Amino acid sequence: MFRNQYDNDISTWSPQGRIHQIEYALEAVKQGSASVGLRSNTHAILLVLKRSPGDLASYQKKITRIDDHMGAAIAGLMSDARVLSNFMRTEAMKSRAIFGRPLPIYRIVSAIGDKAQVNTQIYGRRPYGVGLLVVGYDETGPHLYECAPSGNFFEYYAMSIGARSQSAKTYLEKHYESFAEAPLDELVRHGLHALRDTLQQDKELNTLNCSIGIVGVDHKFKIIEEDELQRYLDLLDNVVDTEDIVQEEEEEGQAAPMDTEEA
Amino acid sequence: MNFVPTALEFDTYGQNGQNGGVPTSLYFDPYDNNGGTALGLSGEDYSIVASDTRQSSGFDIYSRCDQKATKLTENSVLALGGFRADGRSLTKRIIQRMEWYRHAHEKEMSFRAISQLLSVTLYSRRFFPYYAFSLLGGLDENGKGVVCSFDSVGSYHDEPSCVVGSGSALMQSFVDNQIAFHNQQVNNEPISLEKAIRIVKDSFDGVAERDIYTGDSLDIFIITRDGVTTEQYPLRKD
Amino acid sequence: MNFDNNNNNNNFYESVGNVTKQTTRPIVTGTSIIGFKYRDGIMIAADNLASYGSLARFKSVERIFPVGEFTCIAGSGDLSDFQYIKHLLESLMIKENYIDDGHVLTAPHIHEYLTQILYGRRSKLNPLWNSLIIGGFHDGEGYLGYADLLGTAHKSSTIATGLGTQLMHPLLRKSVEGRENEVTEEEAIEIVNDCMRVSYYRDARSLNKFQRAKITAKGFEITEPYSVDVVWHE
Repeated sequence: MFRNQYDNDISTWSPQGRIHQIEYALEAVKQGSASVGLRSNTHAILLVLKRSPGDLASYQKKITRIDDHMGAAIAGLMSDARVLSNFMRTEAMKSRAIFGRPLPIYRIVSAIGDKAQVNTQIYGRRPYGVGLLVVGYDETGPHLYECAPSGNFFEYYAMSIGARSQSAKTYLEKHYESFAEAPLDELVRHGLHALRDTLQQDKELNTLNCSIGIVGVDHKFKIIEEDELQRYLDLLDNVVDTEDIVQEEEEEGQAAPMDTEEA
Repeated sequence: MNFVPTALEFDTYGQNGQNGGVPTSLYFDPYDNNGGTALGLSGEDYSIVASDTRQSSGFDIYSRCDQKATKLTENSVLALGGFRADGRSLTKRIIQRMEWYRHAHEKEMSFRAISQLLSVTLYSRRFFPYYAFSLLGGLDENGKGVVCSFDSVGSYHDEPSCVVGSGSALMQSFVDNQIAFHNQQVNNEPISLEKAIRIVKDSFDGVAERDIYTGDSLDIFIITRDGVTTEQYPLRKD
Repeated sequence: MNFDNNNNNNNFYESVGNVTKQTTRPIVTGTSIIGFKYRDGIMIAADNLASYGSLARFKSVERIFPVGEFTCIAGSGDLSDFQYIKHLLESLMIKENYIDDGHVLTAPHIHEYLTQILYGRRSKLNPLWNSLIIGGFHDGEGYLGYADLLGTAHKSSTIATGLGTQLMHPLLRKSVEGRENEVTEEEAIEIVNDCMRVSYYRDARSLNKFQRAKITAKGFEITEPYSVDVVWHE
């Protein structure tokens, strides 16, 4: 990306009708490792690829539990994510304290959208450098949302964000129609497949670099990692589907969260 | 508690117009006593928390199915007597504080941590106390049964058996004798869980006979290494 | 902190700067209300009188109002506080409806909300001087809750407030408790009428003009004010 005279601050438009600082923030999301989310009629799940700074270090957590009925996966600036997840946890608890009700997923996502938007309009502010996949189960069923630094948020059947997430998206787009009726294990298998497609050539999913978040009917949000994860990774190995080993085709000009309705 | 909220709705000038029509209640009394009794027993590898489900105010029974004991974690149960609104509020606050602990540490609070939390929470309102008498039962870090009782401003201590609430004076002596073997010469074997549950039921049957604020139904929480199980037991309803 | 003072403190007004801003007693009041479960849901009733001390001040005050489609609130105690609560709930429901995400506040949520409001105000020693009944239909069954100026709350299959705890509650318990799923609408209406009649006979702050509300799976229905036949011997 070239620096130009219209990208110095958040409150300046370019003549092409773009706000470069927002787009840079969206780039920060793509720097983070991949997160995949998908949902069936009964469950919504997250699958993430964790990174570690080196062999001597632990892996960075990428899924946070927000409440019994909600969790989020993160791609981008972890410190910003911490602030946002703290906000989400506070709001979730307020809802329980005041109404005795689990916070509806749409409401927390739109609250984050509003917070993010403010940062894109006020001079001197910096947009969040983090993208979120929020899953939850409320009175209206399971949900999956993506939140972007631009303040945009969308609900999805399946979605991926972060580095090389296009490969996962390709997988999800091909299979998403079967997700609605899929049993949980099948949903996880699809998710792992999509996540695996984001890996670099010489890498494999293992119990250290991967974790799963599951929420659904009678299923409180739970993070599955380390030893517990093996059972799910085994699901993946049992299936040989050569078609799904997707050739890396990073398509340019995909619909990005910055896009306006006309785009 | 000279303030009777129900009576004040139609009689702001004291009961039956005493005091020559001068308002007797220039102050609002923010407290009430809603009655209820809770009993906690601890054994070697179990602990029991039981409380009745009657909620009263004055001579009126508000509810026959008000649960005064709450399961906090897989090894601790909190029961409350005294002012129900404070009890509710306190329970909510403890649960939310425990949730933050869980967010920060990714584990549930231990029994000892919860008892300290409850103590400092109560003490934080030292000068406008939660009028709630708490009883926390569970298992400690070694899996041993523990019961702690608290006063309304947070002082607490472990006891093998303790009673809080409206029927405490009636019941305490009975459980002291049956559980702690006070004034018994022959019997000092550890009490089995089954026998403890029988003693709990008998204790409440006895108190429900004489304390008008105790009755209707009994919630029994049994805490063992396998988690918390519950049992209902009917009490007299009059 | 004014709770350090007691009733005998003659310097009350001097020592407590903000006393006039707080409710120390109810002024215009509504008397007892009742609510109970029956086969189809919840029935609640309240008369239409607003008393000013012993004066029957306003005789067509509605003390039952709906919140959303499946909840009704009835209130006794101070009527200005009750109207404030009504205002709070109306504002809340407007905000909720704007969000338009398919989530609606139902009776248990409203009950919890009111309890928090009332408890919050009592904790500031500035209570909303009411006893409220929250009747609703939720998850396929009737929901009946109570909340008062102290923040005390409970659920029960029969509820009465004020003098009604002595005059009407025993009648309600006798006819409803244990038969919540048997009482028909016709019988429930009779129970309401009997209770309100007894209340009118013996509660000097009551009026033989009242409204009845039912909340069922079909929604709420609040009657126009009506009366029951009474016979005064001497």
